[in-house]
Amino acid sequence: MIKAAEAMVKCLENEGIKVVFGYPGAAICPFYDELSHSDIKHILVRHEANGGHSASGYARITGKPAVCIATSGPGATNLLTAIATAYMDSVPIICITGQVCSDQIGCDVFQEADITGAAEPFVKYSYLVKNAQDIPRVFKEAFHIAGTGRPGPVLIDVPMDVQQTMIDFEYPETVSLRSYKPSAKGNALQIKKVAEAIKAAEKPLICAGGGIFLAHAEKEIKEFAELTGIPVVSTMMGLSVFPTDHPLYFGMIGMHGVKTANHAVGDCDLMILIGARVGDRAVKSPSWLEENTKIIHIDIDPAEIGKNIHADIPLVGDCKCVLAQLNEIMEKQNTEPWLEHLREYRSNIPEKPAEKVFTDPKGFLKKLSEAAPDNTVAVADVGQNQIWACNNFKVKNGRFLTSGGMGTMGYSVPCAVGAKLADPSAEVIVICGDGSFQMQMMELATICQYNVPVKIVLMRNEYLGMVRELQTRMYADNRIAVSLGGDPDFVALARAYGISAERVENNEQADEAIKRFLSSDKPYLLEVMVNETESTL
Amino acid sequence: MKHTISILVENHAGVLSRVSGLFSRRGFNIDSLAVGVTADPSVSRITIVADGDEYMVEQLEKQLNKLIDTIKVRSLAPDELLSRELQLIKIAATPAQRSEILTIVEIMGAKIIDISPSTMTIEISDTTAHLARFEELIRPYGIKEIVRTGVIAIQKGADTIAVKK
Ligand SMILES: Cc1ncc(C[n+]2csc(CCOP(=O)(O)OP(=O)(O)O)c2C)c(N)n1
Ligand SMILES: [Mg+2]
Repeated sequence: MIKAAEAMVKCLENEGIKVVFGYPGAAICPFYDELSHSDIKHILVRHEANGGHSASGYARITGKPAVCIATSGPGATNLLTAIATAYMDSVPIICITGQVCSDQIGCDVFQEADITGAAEPFVKYSYLVKNAQDIPRVFKEAFHIAGTGRPGPVLIDVPMDVQQTMIDFEYPETVSLRSYKPSAKGNALQIKKVAEAIKAAEKPLICAGGGIFLAHAEKEIKEFAELTGIPVVSTMMGLSVFPTDHPLYFGMIGMHGVKTANHAVGDCDLMILIGARVGDRAVKSPSWLEENTKIIHIDIDPAEIGKNIHADIPLVGDCKCVLAQLNEIMEKQNTEPWLEHLREYRSNIPEKPAEKVFTDPKGFLKKLSEAAPDNTVAVADVGQNQIWACNNFKVKNGRFLTSGGMGTMGYSVPCAVGAKLADPSAEVIVICGDGSFQMQMMELATICQYNVPVKIVLMRNEYLGMVRELQTRMYADNRIAVSLGGDPDFVALARAYGISAERVENNEQADEAIKRFLSSDKPYLLEVMVNETESTL
Repeated sequence: MKHTISILVENHAGVLSRVSGLFSRRGFNIDSLAVGVTADPSVSRITIVADGDEYMVEQLEKQLNKLIDTIKVRSLAPDELLSRELQLIKIAATPAQRSEILTIVEIMGAKIIDISPSTMTIEISDTTAHLARFEELIRPYGIKEIVRTGVIAIQKGADTIAVKK
């Protein structure tokens, strides 16, 4: 017999977990005590939400569930934003929280919070473990649920006394959940319909969403597009499915997308949505699309089909399987006139005059991305900085990560820490704002403590720029609660942590700074001075 | 339009709150919800009656199906189901009114289960429509209290909704 706390650690080892992100407290101490005997590396984040975001970054790069840990009460409630963020973007994270002793649950004792209750709307599933002997089964199920089907966060809340109970440990080989069996393969009849619709279309368009990554279908979608010659646009979550300069790729759609991509959506006669849920920021008017375009919707989650947009041909299944099925029967379509039309449309968009006095953030990100290595992982925060990055950071064969569904400020730095630990060979570059940076800058300490060489580009406009722009446009420029007058000297701040940093005042200084930034093998921060009136698009 | 939906779920703690939380979160209007354990003690059956259009029912079914604890969801068409709801009604009744009330109760297939000098308590189990008719008939005496279970429903004939083995 072993302690349940030790069993929890063994469960993680059995799942192949190498790194966990957490923050301790009394209620989770039995678990930490056992964790110290394990080879699993623990990263002490500086706020529980960041532990969740780091796990998210780690999971998105490895494609497997990653683990974060918090104590009961405030530790657990601090995690909530990260859980909700992961839920909205379907990221598989396992959140382990300590809970007060079972016999005290419901008595409002010190640091008690009903976290399974509070997190209910944002979890794929949750467990409050009352019987210690359930631990192995619960962990096995949790990893299975988080990582299969449409992935998502799973919460395991373990009371302190349960962690200390002796149990027989044997890690189950399989799960038996009669009520959970996500379908993988697409229905053959629907596949045929899809193929026929594609053959009949003159202006088909692929809209790639984040589901492609979740299904590990990057290879299959490229094959599908190249085989058929169908142009591709992506949602924000689908960014980096295709390299930015791929001849079939025309950019991000939506409210903050690029003109050509939105034009393609408006002009196509067949829209093939793959692993995209047609969120309101991606498609402003689904009803217009329904009326004017034939729609194929491929998703593993049946509940997404028909939720935001009516599909003429629904196809439930795992993108990887479905695309492989399609690739077997598809052939080259005559899309050349349609591609030519899109290329011409794109070449006719006039370039906006770039900022001269300050640093032009768009040009800066283009330059930076061109100079960055092939497998760079870009992690954008939320705000104008995010949209600048979405539309100007040229992805090659790396990844683009951001909080798309929730738009959670403060996501980028901790996510980057997770991403870098998941793939140390990749250059991981954060793009954030001065507002969002201040929601996560405590993580500089984590970066230093574990020497995680992430690179940070901080766009300083001394405003909550995106909200400022909203106020300028919609509220007669009545700027309220958006000035970041108290911004510190971020270069000095980074240096206080021992992190190399420099300021980029203007375009002239950009090239040299980018060189130093990219050639360093240590954490590095660039404070980029941006005009407060710079527009998002 | 009213829709009757039967759901088989795992019979363990927290399932009901997951199901009911879903309704409020997704903005579904639920008329009634009844839950009880099935012949298999590890499975509960929930019957809900919801008001809404086709889109709403489809969404409701899909979202319910998506819950990990949901084993099966089945929407029952009005002509394929038998439904019952149990109601306990306390009405004002003077001794002089008792026999008159008793007549109504008998004709309508209800039952008197308690009596006091000033009240009678009636039990009736039938379809929602029948219950409504009964209520109209006894309303003039003065309804003091009504308790109802919510609708439960089962398919006509030999058809069953069972957990696949
Ligand atoms: C946690 C959180 N709070 C508030 C918001 C609303 N919001 C969206 S963008 C933004 C401004 C971000 O400012 P900054 O990080 O400086 O980026 P900028 O737009 O200036 O590039 C705010 C406040 C949010 N998305 N997330
Ligand atoms: Mg800013």
